[in-house]
Amino acid sequence: MNPQFVVDGLVAGAMIGLGAIGVTLTYSILRFANFAHGEFITAGAYAALALSGLLGAFVGSVPVGDFSFGWNVLLAVPLAILVTGGLAILLDAILFGVLRAKASAVIILVIASFGASMALRSLLEFVFTSQPAYFTNELQIAVRFGWGLRATPDQLLMLAATLVLILAVHLLMTKTQVGRRMRAVSENPALARLSGIDVRGVVRTAWFLGGGLAAAAGIMAGLLVQIRPYMGFDLLLPLFAAAILGGIGSVPGAVLGGIVVGLCEALAVQTVGAEWRAAVAFLILTLVLLLRPQGLLGRARS
Amino acid sequence: MIEILGYAAFFLTIALSYAVIALGLNVQWGQTGLFNVGVAGFVGIGAYASAILTAPDAADRIGGFALPIPLGWVAAFAAAALASLALGWLTIRLRADYLAIATFGFAVTVQLAALNLEPLTGGPFGLGFIPRPFNGFAGDPLVFGLLNLALVALVLAFVWWVLERLVRSPWGRVLKAVREDEEAARALGKPVTRFRLQAFAIGGGIMGLGGALQAHFIGFIAPENYLPTLTFQVWTMLVVGGAGNNLGAVVGSVVVWGLWSGSSFLIGAAVDPADQARAAALQIVLIGVALCLILVLRPKGLLAEVLTHHRRPAGAQAQDRPATR
Repeated sequence: MNPQFVVDGLVAGAMIGLGAIGVTLTYSILRFANFAHGEFITAGAYAALALSGLLGAFVGSVPVGDFSFGWNVLLAVPLAILVTGGLAILLDAILFGVLRAKASAVIILVIASFGASMALRSLLEFVFTSQPAYFTNELQIAVRFGWGLRATPDQLLMLAATLVLILAVHLLMTKTQVGRRMRAVSENPALARLSGIDVRGVVRTAWFLGGGLAAAAGIMAGLLVQIRPYMGFDLLLPLFAAAILGGIGSVPGAVLGGIVVGLCEALAVQTVGAEWRAAVAFLILTLVLLLRPQGLLGRARS
Repeated sequence: MIEILGYAAFFLTIALSYAVIALGLNVQWGQTGLFNVGVAGFVGIGAYASAILTAPDAADRIGGFALPIPLGWVAAFAAAALASLALGWLTIRLRADYLAIATFGFAVTVQLAALNLEPLTGGPFGLGFIPRPFNGFAGDPLVFGLLNLALVALVLAFVWWVLERLVRSPWGRVLKAVREDEEAARALGKPVTRFRLQAFAIGGGIMGLGGALQAHFIGFIAPENYLPTLTFQVWTMLVVGGAGNNLGAVVGSVVVWGLWSGSSFLIGAAVDPADQARAAALQIVLIGVALCLILVLRPKGLLAEVLTHHRRPAGAQAQDRPATR
């Protein structure tokens, strides 16, 4: 067996983990499965694409160092994260917030997110067409590590960037006042409100974080593969599988789940064939629900 | 005139086959409050099961047993009901939206299997030569169309009749009790999980039957018929018509299918062929926005559920624990 699947799986898993953090945060704080989360990934990638095109006029698009992309893409990343975080807050303000204010059942929010997912994805398809797009057309030379392992500089940068982002989110959740408030609302919204926590503010923070991290995952996916309207929707099942495998509400769990799903997918591509890749996440999901519904790092809830 | 009549028959046949699927979803969501995001998967299972059993033998495929069409329909119901039972058993005891996620994954996997199990399903090229009812009349499109319309209407009426009886039976009342207040139903000694599972399996089976109806009417199926767009269409039909109301499910199907095919026709006629894919994307945007607007502005749909009881405690409208406010 070729051990290369480890590198491929880790890179894909890092991407899935980043997206799954958003799923798990919105799920634990807003208490519903957001089917529109995949579209945040797609929107983030297209936002970065459009912004890098604009920025290219000012800073050029000559590749930086050994990487395949130029400063225009690097500068577009934080802007796209802001835009997508804003989009998530906007969607909450015009749709989910309105439904919550009417005390709609959880499942109504899930249906609404399903409709929003369809609408957003098709809107992106309308604006950017269904033709795949790329940040760059540069080719890269992979670095060899021995044992037949190799990775491109882009892939190594993605892994490092994911590590930094995950660490930042973890510190935010455990060490800061914002994180403490978020955990309080996820634990018991009524009690959190009584103790003077601004629940609306916490909800906005959760959406912004989820959307921003989804954008980061989308930009990674765009750099490693390609950008297309269905890229986020196709990642949705792996994201849910990772979030549930890790345990809903657990940030480290989402990352761990993402890496497991990514590795399993890469392994399946090598052993069973790439055409069955999309079924791996469903298989993992089924096994988790069967054997350990609370997930690896989650606590059993009533 | 005859052409218009033929087209009307074609349109209505498709719309009524959607109505059968929407009735299945109504058992799951409208009557029981179970959220199925994998409608396309159950419809697809039914369509493929019936097609594989009834199509004529082909050299390059397993299957092709050339069985009679009604047998295919029964198999379609059974296959989709069994799949629902398995999936429901796995998730119904867990949180409500785990079922949604699991059914979503199920539909993705069914579509993948249809695409990749080429010896059984024909792979991306699909399955052709599915026997069509009244094929002897195919020479006269109008008679053929009207006969098929009558047949699909008959099946729809049968499903409707069975469901109306079920809803009014003690079984249906328990189902509604489970949906409105699970704890109370449990306290009365009702086996809540078993009732939910039964409803989920019956609903799934009806979706499979609807899928088989469509497959036999068109005579050809392919994996791209069973994409999430189908799930989305059926949901819109039920939400627009009014969840919980069988008449609403049927009216919603005809209205939404009318809007859908009407706007497709307009796009085909008015938009330059090069831009049609983009215009079709805009069509989905509009329907998605419409679905969200209905959920916000008129959550009960065009026709609300007819309540069989008159007293309702204040604030009892929430079917599930409300989300964080």
